[in-house]
Amino acid sequence: MSAAVTAHELVKTYPKGVTALDRLSLTVEPGEVLGLLGPNGAGKSTTVKILTTLARPDSGTASVGGHDVLRHPERVRRVIGVVSQRSGLDPAASGRENLMLQGHLFGMRGATLRRRVDELLETVGVADAQHRAVRGWSGGMQRRLDIALGLVHRPAVLFLDEPTTGLDPEGRARLWTEIARLAGADLAILLTTHYLDEADRLADRVAIVAGGRIVTQGTPAQLKAELRGDAVHLELRETHEALDAVRVVTALPGLRDVSVDQRRLSARADDGAAAVPGVLAALETAGLPVTSVTVARPSLDDVYLKHAGQRIAAEVAA
Amino acid sequence: MSGTFWLTARRLRALIRLPAFLFIMLIQPAIWLFLFGNLFRRVVELPGFGTGSYLDYLVPGVIVMSAVSSNMWSGMGVLEEIDRGTMNRFLITPVSRGAILNAAVIEQALSTAVQSLIIALLGMAAGASFPGVLLIVASVLLGTVFSAFSNTVGMLVRQRETIIGLNTLLLLPLTFLSSAFIARSLMPGWMQAIAAGNPVNWALQSGRESPDLVAGGGLLALAAAMVWLSTRTFRTYQNAV
Repeated sequence: MSAAVTAHELVKTYPKGVTALDRLSLTVEPGEVLGLLGPNGAGKSTTVKILTTLARPDSGTASVGGHDVLRHPERVRRVIGVVSQRSGLDPAASGRENLMLQGHLFGMRGATLRRRVDELLETVGVADAQHRAVRGWSGGMQRRLDIALGLVHRPAVLFLDEPTTGLDPEGRARLWTEIARLAGADLAILLTTHYLDEADRLADRVAIVAGGRIVTQGTPAQLKAELRGDAVHLELRETHEALDAVRVVTALPGLRDVSVDQRRLSARADDGAAAVPGVLAALETAGLPVTSVTVARPSLDDVYLKHAGQRIAAEVAA
Repeated sequence: MSGTFWLTARRLRALIRLPAFLFIMLIQPAIWLFLFGNLFRRVVELPGFGTGSYLDYLVPGVIVMSAVSSNMWSGMGVLEEIDRGTMNRFLITPVSRGAILNAAVIEQALSTAVQSLIIALLGMAAGASFPGVLLIVASVLLGTVFSAFSNTVGMLVRQRETIIGLNTLLLLPLTFLSSAFIARSLMPGWMQAIAAGNPVNWALQSGRESPDLVAGGGLLALAAAMVWLSTRTFRTYQNAV
């Protein structure tokens, strides 16, 4: 079976010369959840817009559900479901009316549509509120209705563009359960997020986007394993001592990938806890006192920071 | 076609769920009828006015003015749909691109027709006589001109303030530079000249006692051109998403 989504060397430049995508390529297999992870402005939303036929790339090709997005956008639209950042619900209409309209727009009619709507209202847990105007619903309920809207025509590929942004922790947890349940069967899901825990929890594979291209990808476990070892974070007393501290720590055996952000120095070690006494002693000797130390098992945050971190630091400085 | 039907039905349903708005939309013209009817009652006595009852003259004026003022806010709705993401949601469905804008035009035309009809009935109840059907057709066409114009501006500038400013700027001058409240022959020459090019005046000319084919044709052409322009702008919007 061919891939559910393929994008090949997508390039998109917005007016004023802002490069949103710089030869971005990705693949989502049927039944797979791909987490597209990256800071704001990295190109996640532009990718989703191109793959959902809303925007056209300057160059490159893409196909979704076996249909070319540029040559046959109308075929692509029939096989995709989209849950966008801005939901686009009609606030004056009831939940049920919103779903019925979406079904009608996909050419569904009569009893088939009514049954599908009943079923979805139950599935996402908003059946009790279905006749009330969506305006009065909680953010979490509206988001679950968004997902139902994206599923009404039984799409083969579902796009979830930052689905939990703006939700309270309870709403997020509930939505995660919902998405995890959907991820079975043949439904391919492309999930964009800037929450690492979300990608770690829901995605089969993660692709990190920075500067309009994929900088690394793999399963969350692979990416973490690539980092080899624990993270050791040291808090220095003074920012201006950071560069000296980097020199001292780099010289120590067993420590690598030394980086610094303000007063915070980070490095990797095969056994973090065992490396700490040596590091502290060396810094003490050099007259560079440390105010706190943390040792952490590799997390997706570290992968993310390693690949996208420099961009973030640059954006903060700008 | 069916996409247009469902999207129009959605808009009409939203409209009838705003009873307060509907009430104001209908009470406003009644206020105009009452105010202008009393204020200008005696202008018909001016030589050359050409009609015996000011109410006969005023009802078409109020119908046309109301058509302009309720349609020129259409762009606000388009803006809201863009901001809320509803526009993009529809664009991702298989519904035809044309249906999305057509639904807006049809809904506006229907609500303008109903509004005009109710004002006409109010006028008749007050004893006025005027050619009803032609007038309603003319006011629907004029409404289309202004709703399409407002939609175009909304999609281009993407800013509510511009629409509000533009509407405030245009409504009264366009109304008073037409024969809505006073016969054109009584205007100063320069004003008559401007009125000749004012679509609000075309609607009145084609809808008043003697059907004016030139003005009516001009109005139809302008409405078609405006709808075409808003469709073009919509394509530009789609490319800039």
